[in-house]
Amino acid sequence: MSNITASPAIGAPRSLSTGAIITALAVITVAALLPLMLSTYHLGLATEVLIFGLLAMSIDILAGFAGRTSLGHGAIFGVSTYVVVYAVMTAGLSPLVACLLGVLAATALGAVFGLLAVRTSGVYFLLLTLALGMIVWGICLRWTQVTGGENGLRGAIRPALLSDYRAFYWMVLAVTAVLSLAIWRFVRSPFGLTLRGIRDSDSRMRSLGYDVSLHLFIGFTVSGLFAGAAGAMYALFNSFVSPSTVAVSQSVEALLMTIAGGVGTLFGAFVGSAAIIALENIASSYTERWQTVLGVTFILIMIFAPEGIVGTIRALVARLKH
Amino acid sequence: MGMNAFQLLNGLTFAALLFIVASGFTLIFGLLRIVNLAHGALYLFGGYVGYTVAVKTGSFTLGAIAAMIAVALIGLALNQGLLRFVRGNDLRQVLLTLGVAFVLNDMALVIWGGDSFTVPIPDALKGGLTFFGIFYPKYRLFVLLVGVLVLIALYLLLFRTRLGALIRAGVDDAEMVEASGINIRRVFLATFVLGSALAGLGGMMGGAFLSLYPSADSEILVFSLAVVIIGGRGSLLGVAIGSLLVGLLNTVGQVMFPELAYFVIFGPMALLLAFRPLGLFGKAT
Repeated sequence: MSNITASPAIGAPRSLSTGAIITALAVITVAALLPLMLSTYHLGLATEVLIFGLLAMSIDILAGFAGRTSLGHGAIFGVSTYVVVYAVMTAGLSPLVACLLGVLAATALGAVFGLLAVRTSGVYFLLLTLALGMIVWGICLRWTQVTGGENGLRGAIRPALLSDYRAFYWMVLAVTAVLSLAIWRFVRSPFGLTLRGIRDSDSRMRSLGYDVSLHLFIGFTVSGLFAGAAGAMYALFNSFVSPSTVAVSQSVEALLMTIAGGVGTLFGAFVGSAAIIALENIASSYTERWQTVLGVTFILIMIFAPEGIVGTIRALVARLKH
Repeated sequence: MGMNAFQLLNGLTFAALLFIVASGFTLIFGLLRIVNLAHGALYLFGGYVGYTVAVKTGSFTLGAIAAMIAVALIGLALNQGLLRFVRGNDLRQVLLTLGVAFVLNDMALVIWGGDSFTVPIPDALKGGLTFFGIFYPKYRLFVLLVGVLVLIALYLLLFRTRLGALIRAGVDDAEMVEASGINIRRVFLATFVLGSALAGLGGMMGGAFLSLYPSADSEILVFSLAVVIIGGRGSLLGVAIGSLLVGLLNTVGQVMFPELAYFVIFGPMALLLAFRPLGLFGKAT
């Protein structure tokens, strides 16, 4: 197993170091104090950073640790949002039950995607997840009776307890912190190590006796669960869902966050999410051409910094140490 | 409700358009290993340029030529200006072209606005023909004809010329071609420019009966993806059969299950990819 743990992208130790615990606590403390400093508008942005950071992290489970880049996670995320809004507004369920149903639906969709995609890798995996995401988008757009078609579904679904924007932010922060710890633990479990082995060489893992397809399937399903949790929180945050929530651009933006943060860095997802959301807001005050800015950002990152922000910093630090 | 001859022809003409667009896509994918996700944006750009020139000059032919040249130039710039920096890394190439698609699409929105345009059809192709008891628009039959002509031209190019032999050899094993003293980069470039020009031609042809609007690029891109996934990359036969299947399935879907039309195409495609990951005629590298 030594050649797997010593993979180039991840040199982090398996147990928590004191430094890591202190850093994590410091980051969470600062994040928890943000509501006392920020305006309503900026706190809303911070909430979005956390939600989309979690989505980007769920993509990183596959991209960084199983070597499979997904362009379908926006659809998984958005299906959860749809289910939550629909369950509260039409079926009259409580928000908590609705959120659980949303996560369940996303997990199931992740399992379906996984079932179809486990046999592919590289570009084909990307194309298949892109196409699967398009199916979901097409259904959400056309199945007007349930999804409201182009108009989407709207309604105040946030429970009274969380109606205050600060309380809501703290809830999102708590959930995101717990879930990202769970993801961190997941990729460092023996199961996560096997995924990394598959990323480095699936033929090697197969000949060592591992069931590659089963591992990838479970990995995709778990990733869907976390994307669904992000989607459910987004439903409560936005109280609105339309086909653009499940569209390809959602998947693209989320993947860009993963890449901007650094594939395989896990917590880089939040850095990427913050960078892209900040960029979106700064850009939107100067120009209406957000799509162009997004596209140019994508091109520049691909050419100059495919390792992402955190990945590049790590590489620099590693170079300084030597 | 079953299919009638009219709907069958609709499916066939749509398949012809898909063939024109997707053949360029599959050539680039097969030879350069680049999934050009900007291909849909190239289609839309070609359509817009063709529309503008056709309206200004009053000539459909000039419009089509302008569309092909403009898009070939964009393809040239994309290949030489951007893709050269990420050569040899499939995933980075794909994601880079995705960024290019966003930029091109947005630029098209700046230049031509969000309205929908229809390329004017030349007088000779207006109206319809009556045969076997059905009245069918001439223009769509013309698209079918162009599709068949492109198929023949590509067949001749690929199987009867030296460049075609190099392209086919490159699809099978680019390194061996290079090792035998051929400058494969130039073959790559020629293929990329040719594939782009076909996207431009597709935009012009499609712009006259599907019309051009800001999200038309992703729609045609997804259909092209489906064609290539079904047919397998780099195979002319694959793209022809893939286009037929997707064109006809799409028509069946629209007639029988209007709400789930997407599913009718992508359901089978997803299943096919799951069990034959390289498509019907795809070859492993």
